[in-house]
Amino acid sequence: MLIQEQRVLEAEIVALADRHGRKRSALLPILLAIQEKYHYINKFAMQEVAALLGIHPVEVYGVVRFYSFLHAERRGNVMIRMCRSLSCDLAGKDAVARQIENDLGIQFGETTEDGRFSLEWAQCLGQCDRGPALLVGDTLHPRVRCAEIHEILEQARAAFGVYPLRHAGVAHTPHFHYDPMAGRTP
Amino acid sequence: MTATPLDILLGSDVPAEAGLHKAAGLPAQKIIDEVRESGLRGRGGAGFPTATKWQLARDAAGTMKFVVCNADEGEPGTFKDRVLLTDRADLVFEGMTLAARAIGASHGIVYLRGEYRYLRPHLESVLVRRRAEGLLGATILGVAGFDFDIEIHMGAGAYVCGEETALIESLEGHRGEPRNRPPFPVNTGFFDQPTIVNNVETLALAARIVDRGGAWFARFGTPGSRGYKLFSVSGDCQRPGVYELPMGTKVLELLELVGGEDAKAVQVGGASGRCVGRAEFDRSLCFEDLATGGAVMVIGPGRDMLQVARNFLEFFVEESCGQCTPCRSGNVALLEGVELLQAGRCSMAHLHELKALGDTMRLTAKCGLGQSSPQAFLSIIEQFADEVLGQQPRA
Repeated sequence: MLIQEQRVLEAEIVALADRHGRKRSALLPILLAIQEKYHYINKFAMQEVAALLGIHPVEVYGVVRFYSFLHAERRGNVMIRMCRSLSCDLAGKDAVARQIENDLGIQFGETTEDGRFSLEWAQCLGQCDRGPALLVGDTLHPRVRCAEIHEILEQARAAFGVYPLRHAGVAHTPHFHYDPMAGRTP
Repeated sequence: MTATPLDILLGSDVPAEAGLHKAAGLPAQKIIDEVRESGLRGRGGAGFPTATKWQLARDAAGTMKFVVCNADEGEPGTFKDRVLLTDRADLVFEGMTLAARAIGASHGIVYLRGEYRYLRPHLESVLVRRRAEGLLGATILGVAGFDFDIEIHMGAGAYVCGEETALIESLEGHRGEPRNRPPFPVNTGFFDQPTIVNNVETLALAARIVDRGGAWFARFGTPGSRGYKLFSVSGDCQRPGVYELPMGTKVLELLELVGGEDAKAVQVGGASGRCVGRAEFDRSLCFEDLATGGAVMVIGPGRDMLQVARNFLEFFVEESCGQCTPCRSGNVALLEGVELLQAGRCSMAHLHELKALGDTMRLTAKCGLGQSSPQAFLSIIEQFADEVLGQQPRA
């Protein structure tokens, strides 16, 4: 990771710590914010957070590994979660799941090569009366049908704009692709 | 949402802030007395008497007390809290505020599951409005010393955090691993301060009870389970949704209401609940009989019961926090048992061993998750023995 990239990330983490408080109970809100922006929490981020909260970096790692919404390895810009609970199962989740795999070209637990989408199973999404349920980023799709999947993915893709940007929230130009965490394993 | 004749929470004529206005004029102890008279028990599923919890927290010594609303609705098959938070957020916050007055808390936290993050903007806007209306903040409703505010804390996708001590661990920034009890959160909860953790529905009901009186609520339901309850009905039925019904409603009555009379079985209480076959459809949904947090999953004719058991066991293998051996390894062993049954290669002797293992897990797991995890499997092999044994392996 370049020094400049580290400095950007460091400043962001300091701002988060100031906002949520430099205390252990601020750990999850801080980690969720980093996860949302960078789609994973790398080792440098874990160390920075640990230093600001006065805890050991491995404490942070242990928390990241515990929660299924936090990732130590890079995930796609948009996380797609398909509910696997019994009600959605009875409502026909298997067919929808297969179609998502077909339309994305990846299987559950994988990320598309362009880094845009990750596909995961979710435990109950709490939409049992209107399953099968799908969460694309923060957008909920209840009673989803196989034939709708393509359009749902196209809508999500539209948010990326013309150029394949890895971070929707960061200003990019097509010539200068700036990504503090691209291509690095944590 | 489906309307029933007597809607306590879902009715359209629920008066705004009536409970809170009454609570503001009452001595704190009187609020708890009213809730005690109602016989209200925790609606998350465990059924602990709400007034007892509040009294213990009120009597506990602490520099700061906390009211935590458990909105980590992770039990598969449960979505009533989603409906309450969407359509009755004010009632939930009202319940938190009067609970704060009852125990002397100044700080409230809604622990909202990560899967419901799309609800957060709505909830934040309700909180902002309540602050502007003087229903939150300092000197609530003009009562000196009635200071209380609520913040929303997001969960991060861990089912076990619905267990109250795991939830507190998570709030404190740790892995969501349940604590040994005692001590209980009412004495040493969030930051070791007296804390009550109540389900969304419990808090909303408390607001209605303080308004209408404990005796009114206690008229409904059964002797051990007073009042009305929200049921989340899903699966193979014509009218899935949230139903508000008196405690003690029979399984068959509910099935007739939702259009699922031909069901082969009903899973009551979600993944951690029990599977009930047709022979037991006259049983009642209440704490004395079939205890539930409200999840009712209808399993229609022709469904494969082993697949049902497998779905739940896969869930528990994934969601076990891994602290204690009975839960961490037991659920894996039971899942292997289901695979053996599906392959048609399970002897009766081995099935008995699996049953014994399930009983051991019930007795020895550290928290409610592990203790209840074998229940669905055990009830399925007990009631559907002829179906699950001697299966032909699938291609």
